[in-house]
Amino acid sequence: MTVRLGSSLSALLRHPEFRTGVQEVSGVAPGLAAWGLMTGVAMVNSGMSVVEAVAMTLLVFAGSSQLAGIPLIAAGAPVWVILATSFCVNLRFVVFSAHLRSYLMHLPRPARLLAGYLCADMTYVLFVRRFPHPSLEPAQRQAELAYFAGSSGLNWVSWQAASLLGIALAQWIPSAWGLGFAGILALIGVTCSLASSPMRRVSAGVAGAAAVAAFALPYKLNIVVAIAVAVALCLLLESPAPSDRRAAE
Amino acid sequence: MSQPGTDWWTLGVIFGMAVITVVTRSFFFISSRPWHLPRWAQRGLQYAPIAALAAVIVPELVMTQGHLIASWQDARVFGATAGVAFYVWRRGAGQAVLGTIVVGMAVYLPLRIGLGW
Repeated sequence: MTVRLGSSLSALLRHPEFRTGVQEVSGVAPGLAAWGLMTGVAMVNSGMSVVEAVAMTLLVFAGSSQLAGIPLIAAGAPVWVILATSFCVNLRFVVFSAHLRSYLMHLPRPARLLAGYLCADMTYVLFVRRFPHPSLEPAQRQAELAYFAGSSGLNWVSWQAASLLGIALAQWIPSAWGLGFAGILALIGVTCSLASSPMRRVSAGVAGAAAVAAFALPYKLNIVVAIAVAVALCLLLESPAPSDRRAAE
Repeated sequence: MSQPGTDWWTLGVIFGMAVITVVTRSFFFISSRPWHLPRWAQRGLQYAPIAALAAVIVPELVMTQGHLIASWQDARVFGATAGVAFYVWRRGAGQAVLGTIVVGMAVYLPLRIGLGW
């Protein structure tokens, strides 16, 4: 069992798509690292101990949910409020998981859960950009898996290293510098790379406006509302595919 | 001042948040039962990634403390514009995303630290 796992892991690491995944994440890694650094700083500045901050970065591994939870933990909010906030901030990942399901269902459940833990915004977006359609062929599935291992692996390592550095250097890095903005710029760059069709640009514009309009909603629910509005509008605007029309009749 | 102590309540909450992360990110592929997304949902999902990114980014650029910014003297707007301009100029070739980050920060940091925008 261990031998088989080891050999299949080394086959993944040697696959050319593993390197492609590493390369594509390396372009966004500096931005993500700056964001991870500031998350590390924020944890320590909120009054968490080093042990707690390290545990949070290693276990939770979710920037937006950590940033939402940090002030609640510091204020001693009820546990259910913190967990509900965490769930709502993560709701967009529920949408992503519906998308990724057909790529991952051929894997055993522990591997799927590991993929879930590793699947941050950037890894998901880069993955579906590289593989727009899930494959049924074993060779292509192996390529998908190798790419995911490379991109999510580097994403995990660079986020964790930066976060731990932030925890260590918290006293010396003032948040006034605004280093976290590099993370936003990384997301902007990837958004540009996704804006490959007019309908996708519509989706981005609608979602951006809706997220601002619905900003007052609690628990960052404006993000989920924005995704729902943008996707619904794009579905209405695009011409329905012929097969769909037949199915509907 | 001494370092803050570690308490079990906080560690428990952190563990709970870790479970929530894995459950939400794996939501639709935890169960092994066969099941298929309706066709319209599959088509709709191709618009979800860019929508999610825009929904995260835009409020971070144009809002402060829950309100739209009233002044154009905001380093974020200039940094983001410079980053996008670089990406469009390079037409996304090579490490254009890395360039977006570097150019954006090169505009953002002087405005933010130097002028306090």
